[in-house]
Amino acid sequence: MEIDPFIFRLSIFILSIFVGYYVVWSVTPSLHTPLMSVTNAISSVIIVGAIIAGLSGNIESIFDTSNIFGFLAIFLAAINIFGGFLVTQRMLQMYKKKKKNK
Amino acid sequence: MSANLSAIFYLISGVLFILALRGLSSPGTSRRGNLFGILGMLIAITVTFLSIGNFSSGFIYVLIFLLAGGSVGAFIAYKIPMTAMPELVAGFHSLVGLAAVFVAISAFLNPLAFNLGLPGDIKLSSLIEMSIGAAVGAITFSGSIIAFLKLRGIMSGSPITFKGQHYINLLLGLTIIVLIFYLCKNQSDSFFWSMIAISFLVGLLLIIPIGGADMPVVISMLNSYSGWAAAGIGFTLENTALIITGALVGSSGAILSYIMCKGMNRSFFSVILGGFGGTNSAQQKDKTKKPVKSGNSEDAAFLMKNASSVIIVPGYGMAVAQAQHAVREMADCLKKNGIKVSYAVHPVAGRMPGHMNVLLAEANVPYDEVFEQENINNDFASTDVAFIIGANDVTNPVAKTDPQSPIYGMPILDVEKSKSVLFVKRSLSPGYAGIDNELFYRDNTLMLFADAKKMTEEIVKNLG
Repeated sequence: MEIDPFIFRLSIFILSIFVGYYVVWSVTPSLHTPLMSVTNAISSVIIVGAIIAGLSGNIESIFDTSNIFGFLAIFLAAINIFGGFLVTQRMLQMYKKKKKNK
Repeated sequence: MSANLSAIFYLISGVLFILALRGLSSPGTSRRGNLFGILGMLIAITVTFLSIGNFSSGFIYVLIFLLAGGSVGAFIAYKIPMTAMPELVAGFHSLVGLAAVFVAISAFLNPLAFNLGLPGDIKLSSLIEMSIGAAVGAITFSGSIIAFLKLRGIMSGSPITFKGQHYINLLLGLTIIVLIFYLCKNQSDSFFWSMIAISFLVGLLLIIPIGGADMPVVISMLNSYSGWAAAGIGFTLENTALIITGALVGSSGAILSYIMCKGMNRSFFSVILGGFGGTNSAQQKDKTKKPVKSGNSEDAAFLMKNASSVIIVPGYGMAVAQAQHAVREMADCLKKNGIKVSYAVHPVAGRMPGHMNVLLAEANVPYDEVFEQENINNDFASTDVAFIIGANDVTNPVAKTDPQSPIYGMPILDVEKSKSVLFVKRSLSPGYAGIDNELFYRDNTLMLFADAKKMTEEIVKNLG
């Protein structure tokens, strides 16, 4: 009997929870705020679904309801992606080691 | 691009996201980690475009919305002051939630585009997955909006409670499950829409009873929810990158909530059920005035000048007063006089995990001078001056001595062990937990009643 592909996805999901568990415990507490903003940014990879929704259909019907929801989702996710990564970068820039101690 | 090839690229971007989080294990590797994250995102988006390959129809609109959102996001990222990070993160969570809802709606209306079957005849498993994604997404959205309003101060931070609140939430939660069940049975639109509407309501009701200082837990919890919503959508779209990311973010938020709860010695459920820190729990036992020693900036400067070591304990009040730069100036002055300065950060100081660390980093405080509670607590006994600025409950010894106290058992910073304690505070008012801090009345405590920033600046002048 063949294994349902769902089981494979479930396996990836469960294993990723464990990976997440160990990786996040090793994050230093002083970087917990950047951790939150970067997880925010990466969870916006949901944009791939939004892009599929936005590009679906043919030329006559690019403004179907489902396309419009796709476009809106692209907009929201893009705010998050750019905002999340950039604000994380900005924060991490401040954690640079300060050599000079005047 | 073939489905198999794009699946491999999605896997790669998932791995890059893992490396992005891994990078945060130390400040030195964190920036490279962030670049891995950006690279992963670029790969995921590019592969999606290539695998659709249909650029004729809506491509230009997709690009417009992508760039419009991107510019808004970039603008916010550059403009936002560091003290506003908690509400920014809450706001971002709401966007992820809403995006998940929108994607689920698109998939429901046009399942063909996602290979999920025909409208009205969607695969059962996909239907369940997208319903879960949409419900969790909707809860994340409305919950984060409330958290945002509370953190921003637009909505009062005090908990809003009413009778039967938890039963209503439970009932609504069960309703969502029933609606999903019927949706799977006859695929009717109305069940789908009402399920989403009720989920929005649940998110709202879930967060309104939770008070301002419990926000670190709320933010982490909503972080976790946004991850689970993404994972739900990931299953619907059969997309590995999304499943991996959802799991990572979900467990990350869960761990942060756990750390925050432990920092307050409260169970996750007691935080979620809310009502803590309202006027009803603020029981002042005796209103009799106890003698308090209060001083001015000169006294404080004198005390610190004659010390050989000072530990600075920042709290939410420092963030409110934007005093972090003044604090660092003060530390610089002290260091010039050969005094050892370190910072002690309690896990729940501020309004989100790591809040104080970011503010201190913004003020150019070297991160190796900032210590977590367990690494510095033993040093208080050998410290001359503990300088507490904008913190209160996290230093209250009552957490160790009085089993009746609402904060009993909460791990606190042992500031009372240092030779003298300086408290910068606007008034004698009790902290968030609504309990008096006996530290205020000790002989070796000097209260400095003033705005945190002003007081610190004056101390700097007197040190100079």
